[in-house]
Amino acid sequence: MVNVRVNGQEHTFDGDPSMPLLWYLRDELGLTGTKFGCGVALCGACTVHLDGDAIRSCGIAMSDLAGKSVVTIEGLDPKGEHPVQVAWRNVSVPQCGYCQAGQIMQAAALLAKTPAPTDKQIDDAMYGNICRCGCYQRIHTAVRAASKGA
Amino acid sequence: MTYQRNQQNVAIANVSRRGMLKSVAGAGVFVLAAQFPAVRAAKAYATGADKMPHGVVTNPHIFVSIDKDGIVTIVASRAEMGNGAARTSLPMIVADELDADWSRVRVVQSPGDEETYGNQDTDGSRSVRHFIQPMRQVGAGARKMLENAAAKRWGVNANEVVAKFHEVVHTPTGKKLGYGELAADAAAEPVPAPETLHLKDPSAFRYIGKGNITIVDLFDITTGRAAYGQDVRLPGTLYAVVARPPVFLGKVASYDATATMKVPGVVKVVAIDGSPPPAAFAPLGGIAVIAKNTWAAMKGREALKIVWDDGPNASFDSVAYKASLEENVRKPGRMERNEGDTDAALKSAAKVITAEYYSPHIAHATMEPPAATARMADGKLEVWTSTQSPGGARDDIAKRLGLDPKNVVLHEMLLGGGFGRKSKWDFALEAAVLSKATDGAPVKVVWTREDDIQHGFYHTVTAERLEAGLDKDNKVVAWRHRSAAPSLFANFVPDNKLPGFIELGMGFVDTPFNVPNIRLESGEAQSHVRVGWFRSVNNVAHAWAIQSFVAEIAHQLGRDPKDMLLELIGPARIVDAPKKATTEWWDYGEPYDTYPVDTGRLRRITELVAEKAGWGRKLPAGHGLGIAAHRSFVSYIATVVEVAVDNKGNLSVPRVDTAIDCGFYVNPERIRSQIEGAAVMGLSLAKYGEITLKNGRVEQSNFNDYQVVRHDESPAVTNTHIVENGIDVPASGVGEPGVPPFTPALCNAIFAATGKRIRRLPIGNQLA
Repeated sequence: MVNVRVNGQEHTFDGDPSMPLLWYLRDELGLTGTKFGCGVALCGACTVHLDGDAIRSCGIAMSDLAGKSVVTIEGLDPKGEHPVQVAWRNVSVPQCGYCQAGQIMQAAALLAKTPAPTDKQIDDAMYGNICRCGCYQRIHTAVRAASKGA
Repeated sequence: MTYQRNQQNVAIANVSRRGMLKSVAGAGVFVLAAQFPAVRAAKAYATGADKMPHGVVTNPHIFVSIDKDGIVTIVASRAEMGNGAARTSLPMIVADELDADWSRVRVVQSPGDEETYGNQDTDGSRSVRHFIQPMRQVGAGARKMLENAAAKRWGVNANEVVAKFHEVVHTPTGKKLGYGELAADAAAEPVPAPETLHLKDPSAFRYIGKGNITIVDLFDITTGRAAYGQDVRLPGTLYAVVARPPVFLGKVASYDATATMKVPGVVKVVAIDGSPPPAAFAPLGGIAVIAKNTWAAMKGREALKIVWDDGPNASFDSVAYKASLEENVRKPGRMERNEGDTDAALKSAAKVITAEYYSPHIAHATMEPPAATARMADGKLEVWTSTQSPGGARDDIAKRLGLDPKNVVLHEMLLGGGFGRKSKWDFALEAAVLSKATDGAPVKVVWTREDDIQHGFYHTVTAERLEAGLDKDNKVVAWRHRSAAPSLFANFVPDNKLPGFIELGMGFVDTPFNVPNIRLESGEAQSHVRVGWFRSVNNVAHAWAIQSFVAEIAHQLGRDPKDMLLELIGPARIVDAPKKATTEWWDYGEPYDTYPVDTGRLRRITELVAEKAGWGRKLPAGHGLGIAAHRSFVSYIATVVEVAVDNKGNLSVPRVDTAIDCGFYVNPERIRSQIEGAAVMGLSLAKYGEITLKNGRVEQSNFNDYQVVRHDESPAVTNTHIVENGIDVPASGVGEPGVPPFTPALCNAIFAATGKRIRRLPIGNQLA
């Protein structure tokens, strides 16, 4: 039995404790904004916030989540108006869009801790999030646009 | 820039038993017209659209409707995989001709149904070129009917009214009626005769050519609401993963699912049959584990004990295969085009330059691995999936399951990337087959990344050998190019060993060079994996080899690579390659009169990119510039790459300039995004892209050993330069053509920076 908070709501999970958070979010809670891309923490499509840190939800088991708080793309901002989301739209970042929830969650976590990152800090933070359409140039521009002093 | 909150793909929320139109456009909508014959306005140009299966349908009741509140609903019938054409650019064309307020336009996705919507196969970079004219006609027809309805309401002459931005205005008095107020009357109006249709003058366009509209799914994508094939969730869904034969054409010899059935959540284990070759898009076969959630299915699959019969490809080995391809381009092959006497000209040449290039199989690795959900109930099948060919998929699923296509509904989801992989609907067939075994419960087949990398339809492996004969004045007088690459036609034709006309037409028989003796030949290449088209297909390897070779000739002669390229392209002319081809000529399915190989445009695009990139500019040490130009998908593209290589051999790309002439263009904002993305994809395939097989098995499995370019190594800046063309210049491809010139421009830049010539892809550690 695991008690976990997801987007501010308490949930109790009594299934397979080895189930990664990703599949709990997607298959059990229906929070499909968190995407499946690789299953082994190599692509970042499933990035969520765990107590404020960006983590790959495919790489953490439900048994490790007791008492923790998870925020997914659906819970990032009630109106979808988080500065990173707004910047993403202003810059017209997405192509297919599949990786973008993960990219946005990663960028939001970066800016929460480092409100005015250097280019190198953006590169380092976003390194783990693959975009196969190749939107990196715009992702970089959008992170910069959402940062302090932009 | 505006964005809109787009309504969800209606197909998923809807019931299948409603009529086609209702299920797409919703109830309570005034539909504009009943019948609208396909016509061409006077200025229309011919495309190959009519030759596509089911052609183009321009009946406006299929594509556009207006409700009493004035909301215009435009149906997207093609697949949206990220280039924005299907769900934004094509609807935008309708909205422009209709003179609609884009903020009051909704886009809904049609199901797979080519009889109703026309061809839905979203391949070949042809959405805009095939649909710009029909979409304009649909919009203009609807506009005319609204104007006629208003004129009748006011009792005035129709030439006194004009539709303007979601209202019809009576010009003499300034009276106005909104589109919503007129919708019901407009629906009763007769369909305008083709000759009365007035397409807008381009100066009146609101959206076309402006880049002022963002993609319709932008809000949903940035909030996690956009739904892809992997995201389908229906009540009672079961989840399946499949253990597929590790070797192509292998089979299950025996299996033991005892341990699998003990995994909590596992419901059932089902064998799926493979098909003998040529298997087209049939499932590979294997053992499916069906469970209550994806994780349980994956754990259940791990617990399977399967003995495989590896079949005819058990010993296939990429290293040995490379040698066989190279051997086959070192001897004469099937002649594909012949001009002059190339063999004699090479013999008598003052100098002969020869080079060989090898590029391996690559995998599409779409960010969304393939997925499909299927539900069989009462002899009717519903499928939810992300495919580039919803109509083709539906019909094939019906055929293989022995169902009437009318009893198969295919709900098309957004594609998390396509690149050609999702033109092949094997994953949807798997779900359809499994739905027969779940007692009416929906079953969702999830491909993992490992499944995707190891069971793909791979971009072909190729060996290219080029020889140029020079006369005493160092003019290229002979050009012999031999290419050997397993063909995608092996999926459809038994024992196929030579390329098909489509592959030959992609940057090979259409070689645009001004050389008196040209001989092009194909070497034999048997396929041992599923070869499938990948963004730009054979253009990638052909352009890489040819454009690298041009720079190699330039170097040997001490010439500037751009000047050498322009000299080979020669004077502006229409290449009469179709007359010289000795095998079936194919020009992307288009009529050659409309889309000839025009070396004037190829020259201009080369000159334009050189000028914009500052060709010849002074660079820091370790930097180099490379150039390449290539026509593909009837567009002309040229790229200059600036590369930096450090003393450890690490390469980075500070700047890319790409110029594109894609005829009359619709959405420059999405053209730029495609060109930026093509540079990243080109860099990925150049730096890392390689699928290898040993003992018939793919050696790569995930993004650790099948790497793609990441954020920090992406080109820092890609500048896109779009040629302005009038509406009389036929629209041409955008999605694919950006890829082919990138890799040779990069490799030419690497040579300029380091003196190291790349003749084998990927680059890997060759610069270390």
